[in-house]
Amino acid sequence: MNRHDYSRVDAKRRANISHNKKQFAKAEFQQQKYDYRLNYYDVPPTAEITLEEFETWAINRLKVLSELEACSFRNRSPEETAEYMTSILNKHLPLRSNSSRSQSLQEERKKDHYSHFILRLAFSSTEDLRRRFSRLETMLFRLRFKSDDLKERKDFVNTLNLEWEEVGDEEKAEFRKDLAAAGNIKKEDDQEWFKVDWERVPELVEQRRVFLKRGKAYVPQREQLSLVVAEYTKRLDEALELTSRAIPRLDEDDRLAPILAHLSQSFTAPDAAYTSSDASIDGLSTITAGAIDSLASNFPLCMQNLHSTLRANSHLKHYGRLQYTLFLKGIGLSLEECIIFWRRSFKLMTDDKFQKEYKYNIRHSYGDVGGDSNRRGRGYTPYSCQKILTEPLPGPGQMHGCPYRTFTQDNLITMLQRTGINDRDLLKTVKEDVTKQRYHVACNRVFEHAHKREIKKVKDDGTWGANDLDTIVHPNTYFKRSWLLKHLGDGNVGVVGGGTGPGDRMEE
Amino acid sequence: MPHSITPDSTPADDSSRTISQVDTIKSEPDTQTQDISMADAPSPAEADETKVNLEDLFDDEDSDQEFASSAPQFKSEEEASQPAPIKITSKSTFSDPDIMRAFYQRLFPFRYLFQWLNHSATPSNDFAHREFAFTLPNDAYLRYQSFPTADLLRKQCVQQIPSRFEIGPVYSTNPRDRKSLRKASTFRPLTKELVFDIDMTDYDDIRTCCTGASICHKCWAFITMAIKVIDVALRDDFGFKHILWVYSGRRGAHAWVCDKRAREMDDAKRRAVAGYLELLKGGDQGGKKVNVRRPLHPHLDRSLNILKEHFQTSILLEQDPWAEEKCEHLLNLLPDATLKAALQKKWDSSPSRPSASKWSDIDTLAKSALSTSKASKELLEAKQDIVLEYTYPRLDAEVSKKLNHLLKSPFVIHPGTGRVCVPIDPRKVEEFDPLGVPTVTQLLNEIDEWEGEEVKKGEKKMQDWEKTSLKPYVDFFRVFVAGLVKEEKKTGIKREREEGGDPMELF
Repeated sequence: MNRHDYSRVDAKRRANISHNKKQFAKAEFQQQKYDYRLNYYDVPPTAEITLEEFETWAINRLKVLSELEACSFRNRSPEETAEYMTSILNKHLPLRSNSSRSQSLQEERKKDHYSHFILRLAFSSTEDLRRRFSRLETMLFRLRFKSDDLKERKDFVNTLNLEWEEVGDEEKAEFRKDLAAAGNIKKEDDQEWFKVDWERVPELVEQRRVFLKRGKAYVPQREQLSLVVAEYTKRLDEALELTSRAIPRLDEDDRLAPILAHLSQSFTAPDAAYTSSDASIDGLSTITAGAIDSLASNFPLCMQNLHSTLRANSHLKHYGRLQYTLFLKGIGLSLEECIIFWRRSFKLMTDDKFQKEYKYNIRHSYGDVGGDSNRRGRGYTPYSCQKILTEPLPGPGQMHGCPYRTFTQDNLITMLQRTGINDRDLLKTVKEDVTKQRYHVACNRVFEHAHKREIKKVKDDGTWGANDLDTIVHPNTYFKRSWLLKHLGDGNVGVVGGGTGPGDRMEE
Repeated sequence: MPHSITPDSTPADDSSRTISQVDTIKSEPDTQTQDISMADAPSPAEADETKVNLEDLFDDEDSDQEFASSAPQFKSEEEASQPAPIKITSKSTFSDPDIMRAFYQRLFPFRYLFQWLNHSATPSNDFAHREFAFTLPNDAYLRYQSFPTADLLRKQCVQQIPSRFEIGPVYSTNPRDRKSLRKASTFRPLTKELVFDIDMTDYDDIRTCCTGASICHKCWAFITMAIKVIDVALRDDFGFKHILWVYSGRRGAHAWVCDKRAREMDDAKRRAVAGYLELLKGGDQGGKKVNVRRPLHPHLDRSLNILKEHFQTSILLEQDPWAEEKCEHLLNLLPDATLKAALQKKWDSSPSRPSASKWSDIDTLAKSALSTSKASKELLEAKQDIVLEYTYPRLDAEVSKKLNHLLKSPFVIHPGTGRVCVPIDPRKVEEFDPLGVPTVTQLLNEIDEWEGEEVKKGEKKMQDWEKTSLKPYVDFFRVFVAGLVKEEKKTGIKREREEGGDPMELF
């Protein structure tokens, strides 16, 4: 395979004028012409733009990406996302098709092109940012690809030169049944198929949506989307990697660097829905291992589930322990108390086994041991709803994850009833939410129901603003808000309701 | 990543402790050459050592139950009948340091292990940059070990007598040098075999014959079925050729897919393969574990055909999964309320009906209870799903998804059972008997027996393993490795040239 390496700048484009003549030379490639609405962003922009454009274009694109991320947070289906995003895209980053014959076509595409590359600069610095940027850009590309004019899309794909082998009639006849079964094709019509190395369509393989034979994947025409998208992601990832290596050599510090730093910071914000301030709750005395049982009534369902399983079995499997430990860390349980908590909970286990096999992991979560970066970062952050919802589903015997997603409806309803939710209508709407995969809406609905009176009170009093009652997207936020609402009357210093041990100290 | 590397098996507290333990080990060998004085040695340091050894028999998951089953029988039989020539005495067990040392010295096939990981005869970075992780007798866990040659690996094994060791990925630089690199990012995993781990624990909710760590022939059938299904999928669908199946020493099996194409896969591709092969979803509260669309994907269709017959014998007859009240679960998996009610009534009146009869009751009653063709189609599909739920391989998928996950090496001793982790021939998987796999004590006895009988005839020096029942397994491994090395040579000429010289010139 001698494919052209897109990430290299070709010889003609390199700076080949001595630097002192540069400012007088005429730029060689000032304007790019954009033939298609879609762009693989293989060629970096070369023309000059103003600093203001630089910043506003980037911010506009960033808005679009944040909204996209919010959609995935809320588990919106692809259709809902597309609908929701239309107006946002039109406002911030319009991109019309050739057929619209708009005057500003080239201008729009230029903005799209440039803003993409600016954000690349801003988000290539860390692995985390790169992965997130690549995921969101891929979502955006997919969204646009789907909404693209059919003919233009076809032309665009043809320019990509993706090296697909078409499946001949003979082979089609040989595997007719298998192809139809794998591709879930009802009618025996004349479908076109491509044959590619399976490595190029990992997502189709993962979901068993293609037929595999000796390392080749037979991809139906309509799955072209995922081929194109996979290729897009691959190239973007490679390019980001290269950018990250080039960034330190960017000889620039006072004009672009602050803008780029600012951009990447504001991008970090929405995901970090958990802040350390969630750990310190006014009025909640220092939490001890013994207090967890009584606090559990303020836990979101996912954590209540882990807690009750732990109490029932005196054991939890690895991912359950991890999810729960981090949550407990998030509500302010210290490492020492956390170890005591697990030691007491695993009451069927010898001390020796606990010390050898379990303690290390708890300490690791708190950043007490482990590699340098783990210790410096004080372990992992508690899982957000998004993290919990996008993790692999629990296997046999495992309990982690979000019950709204992992439980069958009947089991979920039983579980809710056990926690004291009996309102028929509510359970019915919860069921609907869950069917539509709006797990997180269901959870918020349950929260609002369980704290109906308190929420009304703080709203009437005006003590809590709209911000304080925003949608919950983190289990620790759930706990904090729940605890505060249930202890409204206690003033600012309160004792944890229920049986706290005598060893409790009050926090000043 | 939080615990991408065998999370539950990292008992070492921190590096400083580990290091000090290593030191004590290193100073040991001298004292131990004086035969079997270990167990009753008066010195406090050694007594302490033995105590740890005893404990680690128990701490490996649930190995205490294992002791109740198969392993001790071997031990007592053999050791009682043997007058204990060199090292084996009535007191020695398979975790005795002398036994383990003798095993590494005389039996472990380091040479083939080296060729397997090195993919050629001359030492290359494929081997030298490979991570090994040792579990020492005192349970310290030493990561990032690496060795330029097989001999050096052997040397350290004989010195430290690890109770087992694991194999990780090939890194971009030598794992031992990782701390001295200027930039931490230049140390990253490059390649590793695609691995699979099938463990009986994942079957605990459906196996009725044994629980916990113990196994019998009946439940080994689950592993047999799993190997069949996974092996054919990896070969036919993904086109992999060099797949090594290894008995995990107690109640599971590992697969190592060694094709170059598989070794070079990144995490996303590993996840894709694992996802393709994974079928059962949902925890204990998730209800129905199999939810697949129709028509069945060719892979599932083929798997179902393989598994059908096993379902009749291994499940319905041997496991009897729906005895007494357990038939409730079966009812939950079936569609159609009238059918369910009829079945419930029938089974309530005769609760002792065996599962096979209950299974056929479904069809008998369905004839009268179901009227529409749609309903009978649904029932057929539900029945297929049930067959899959009870037979389809349950992979520990996390192991396969990560490039940098470590997995126990073939041919090491399982610390709980003393059995060697021998390769399984997938063509003869039905014949494999986990309870017949030789234990380390048994093998050492076999060497002694052999020397007693035939030591005079020997003209060419024989390898010790050739004198034991380990021979067929090592032979199988050797052939497997030779096939792999041959293929590598074919495809890897370019790489060899870069590294200077054709390794085959040596021969």
